[in-house]
Amino acid sequence: MKFFGLVWSNLKRKKLRAVLTTLSIFVAFLLFGFLCAIKAAFTAGVTLAGKDRLMVRHKISIIQSLPQSYEQRIGQIPGVDAVAGQSWFGGIYKEPKNFFASIPVEPEKFLAMFPEYLVPPGEKEAWLKVRNGAIIGRTLAKRFQFKVGDHIPLTSPIWGEPAGKSHWDFEVVGIYDGQKTGTDTSGMFFRYDYFDEARPRGKGEIGWFSVRIRNADQSAEIAKKIDDEFANSPNETKAESEAAMIAGFAQQVGDIGTILMAVLSAVFFTILLVVGNAMGQAVRERTEEIGVLKAIGFTNERVLFLVLLESCVIALVGGLLGLGLAWLLALLLGGLVASILPVFYVPGRDLLLGAGFVLVLGLVAGIFPAMQAMRLRIAEALRRNA
Amino acid sequence: MRDFMNWLSQIFSVAFFNLRTIPERKGAAVTAAIGIAGVVAVLVSVLAIAEGFRRALTVSGSPDVAIVLRSGADSEMTSGFSRDETRMIADAPGIARNAQGPLASAELFVIIDLPKRSTGMSANVPLRGIEAQAFDVRGNVAMVQGRRFERGKNEIIVGVGAARAFGGLDLDREIRVGQNTWRIVGIFTAGGGVAESEIWSDAAVLQPAYNRNDNYQSVTARLHSAAAFQEFKDALTANPQLTVKVARLSDFFAEQSTFTTDFITKIGVFIAALMALGALFAALNTMYNAVAARTREIATLRALGFGSIPVVISVLAESFALALAGGAFGALAAYFVFNGYTATTMNAQTFSQVTFAFAVTPRLLVLAIVWAAVLGLIGGLFPAIRAARLSIASGLRET
Repeated sequence: MKFFGLVWSNLKRKKLRAVLTTLSIFVAFLLFGFLCAIKAAFTAGVTLAGKDRLMVRHKISIIQSLPQSYEQRIGQIPGVDAVAGQSWFGGIYKEPKNFFASIPVEPEKFLAMFPEYLVPPGEKEAWLKVRNGAIIGRTLAKRFQFKVGDHIPLTSPIWGEPAGKSHWDFEVVGIYDGQKTGTDTSGMFFRYDYFDEARPRGKGEIGWFSVRIRNADQSAEIAKKIDDEFANSPNETKAESEAAMIAGFAQQVGDIGTILMAVLSAVFFTILLVVGNAMGQAVRERTEEIGVLKAIGFTNERVLFLVLLESCVIALVGGLLGLGLAWLLALLLGGLVASILPVFYVPGRDLLLGAGFVLVLGLVAGIFPAMQAMRLRIAEALRRNA
Repeated sequence: MRDFMNWLSQIFSVAFFNLRTIPERKGAAVTAAIGIAGVVAVLVSVLAIAEGFRRALTVSGSPDVAIVLRSGADSEMTSGFSRDETRMIADAPGIARNAQGPLASAELFVIIDLPKRSTGMSANVPLRGIEAQAFDVRGNVAMVQGRRFERGKNEIIVGVGAARAFGGLDLDREIRVGQNTWRIVGIFTAGGGVAESEIWSDAAVLQPAYNRNDNYQSVTARLHSAAAFQEFKDALTANPQLTVKVARLSDFFAEQSTFTTDFITKIGVFIAALMALGALFAALNTMYNAVAARTREIATLRALGFGSIPVVISVLAESFALALAGGAFGALAAYFVFNGYTATTMNAQTFSQVTFAFAVTPRLLVLAIVWAAVLGLIGGLFPAIRAARLSIASGLRET
């Protein structure tokens, strides 16, 4: 650490260059942070999916409904602990662009199935009492400034509106939070009994079933048993683990991972060149000085170390600031992008990965100039500018 | 006038002199150019995705084809008509006719699960039940393999995009969907439009297979002319027996693409803007260094009597030239790597897969060059001002 002062004054000799180089690294890691947040938005569901939960849907496609009676039949299959039905309501709040997920459920079964949705006990009580009651996620509440007691009017192009009404009326009885950072709280859940009684089309149909199994290791086996139960019926099913179902859905949007990797490689390659070039220049300018250092007894290894330290300091300052700002902005902007990306944050794992990249960048960018400095011969270095 | 000519010739000679010395600063110059090339390549490729998706949806409809949905429906998925209603719509004024009757096709739209060829994971593929007139209604459907399906049979034809993207969709093979087995008898193109992502069958066969009784979801009709649209629309909306929403097919698809294209465009511009900022710092760095390396040269020029404006312009010219070279390289790289690259994604409105080709259009190439030029000018401006402000005496003394 005693050479830190030397490294620092070397950085200060061309302030502008040091600042510009640091800023380009800063921008690169800001971008890295954002891309990780976008990736997290697409994959959060997969990482947080319940390991002991299956999803059962119509084999032909998710848009086909299943009969309500399936709930009981699935419940009787050995290894199955609980079953909870959900449906896609596709509600529209004033305008299609205000889209948020709205899903009819049976409150008690639903909350028992998904302990990651936290509802205060009093509000759960209220939900059981109010027939057209709905609970909404924290993100959704923030997005439209909904609060408990508000009424939300929705129309549903899929199911139609209740007889004689122009829209469905829901009363907000509770606001749920997520148990973990990545839990999606951008949606609304309301009571199935109210929905089924009032919908003009498709009474008695359920969109899909969530199934809790006793032993997570048996998911493939039990999924097969469920599918066998309904084989050769007019409504065959497709059961799979929740993670597989969500991964499949995200994958349909596109291979987000590959696209992000391509962009990041382009960014890192560019930045590496820029930083490497700046470092190279900094070393070339100091040839004479390095010669002096060696003349007064600095070893080759020590010179190598000094140059590497210099490039690592630049990378660390720029990179960590960039990652930090990305993390902070994702936290602050999360609510703004909720309509497109319900979950938006930089996962801790990616922050660590980013910090690792920062170090690698500092080392790789500094290594060539450092080797060059190490190999300098004292006599030549001192003569060069004479 | 002579002064002006003299001034102009100063500018040219200094700028040319400057450009000729670029090879001496190869490393730094190439770095700056590559930085800008990277930005431009990323910008162009991301926007090419949005452009390709938009194009796939918008070339689908000509202005003289209209689609009718139930009022309140936001896509075919949520629409529905009885047979009587579809007949009433087909009889409306404005629809073109041929020997078989009005050019209108009542259609069903469902999605089925098929595995993607690339990953083996299941995806939502649109399956459309059509009536016989559908081919003449659309007018751009051509069979590239096999033949059209026969009416009343469990036969399907597959768009080229779907055939390429999803497993099992090969000519003469059979696929099983629920209780039904369908034979693939043909592969078709539809002018690059969204229909190429679909599977088509006879609506009358699809109805019982999906418990749709005698129901349809939309009616697509060819009009006498694009101008007949208003007449057609007015007649339908005025009919008290119908509650419908009428749109030109082109507008309908344009609207469907908005969400996805907006999303991709916003993310693309955001990423490119951040990258541009990074590249700008790199360019500034390079140009400052270039000016610093040439301090003595510039001071000598000034001492010989060259003005400060020619010096400024010479520095700008250098950074501009580097940026344009980088930008052109990045744009061309994006063009050769990505133009025509096919991918599939989900259409947010219908939950179903659309196959499309990335489109690096001339507009995007121009945009790329503009970004590069702006980056080059800003990156050169401040160093140029510094060069002009150099004191001649101390500049000459510099080692």
